[in-house]
Amino acid sequence: MSDTTISQGWFTSLANPTRFLALSGRLLPYLATAAVLSLLIGLFMSFAAPEDYQQGITVRIMFIHVPAAWLAMMCYSVMAIASIGTLVWRHPLADVAAKTALPIGAAFTFLSLLTGSLWGRPMWGTWWVWDARLTSVFVLFLMYLGLMALHKAMDDPARAARPAAVLTLVGFINIPIIKFSVDWWNTLHQPASVIRLDGPTIHPSMLYPLLVMALAYTLIFFTLHLMAMRNEILRRRVQTMRRQAAQAIGGGA
Amino acid sequence: MMSHEAFVFLSYGASAVTLAGLLAAILLDGRARRRELAELEAQGVRRRSKPAGGAS
Repeated sequence: MSDTTISQGWFTSLANPTRFLALSGRLLPYLATAAVLSLLIGLFMSFAAPEDYQQGITVRIMFIHVPAAWLAMMCYSVMAIASIGTLVWRHPLADVAAKTALPIGAAFTFLSLLTGSLWGRPMWGTWWVWDARLTSVFVLFLMYLGLMALHKAMDDPARAARPAAVLTLVGFINIPIIKFSVDWWNTLHQPASVIRLDGPTIHPSMLYPLLVMALAYTLIFFTLHLMAMRNEILRRRVQTMRRQAAQAIGGGA
Repeated sequence: MMSHEAFVFLSYGASAVTLAGLLAAILLDGRARRRELAELEAQGVRRRSKPAGGAS
């Protein structure tokens, strides 16, 4: 047996919903514990970090605003990868992953917009401006809501899977636009200060709390996503069993 | 005009409420789905793909 066959066999067995439920059930307690611990450490570091010489205490909003914005984009990237899985391999678990990431991504995008607004008011003197960064993130939020509406509009998840996957991949064009909007256009929002070719420009006393909070948010995302995926598998299982029961009654009549 | 502390408090508060709400919604959804499955199984409905006597 070649290495490719072994890895394909392992991947296929993982993609089996029943196997996925068993594996994710074992993994979840560890993931949730790691998420809570990193969040507690991150929060402690965020409030132990020095205040900014210009922004004062409001710089602490950065420790929750930036991870929320990163996760808003990462969640959409996870959905885009899952959508490729739906379109190429037509695997239902890929659609389950894409669909269940939607409300979580919407929540992180909402938080990045809200905390950004609450940071902008004292620092910029305004809650909101229609600059390229803020507008493109707002468009991302609308895309999350639109995709959620698309799934709600169709009773059969199998029918919603392909159009949602196509729409998700088309919408992925917005992710590089969000990332580079601060370089391509003249924005009120500041340019990147962590993920830069020449390295971060933030002092380590603020960079480390930010990175720990980003890790915590990432672990929170994967914990919630695994939980939501398990729920969706059960929802589809219930739907199938109800259909089978109805067919049995119809066949017996 | 609110104090700077109020903006920080509101940001952290809103994040905590949103993430806790999301967690609660997912937990309640899971509980409802497991209850539905248990009810169906109690009615004798079985999944076709489920092996005889095997746990799913």
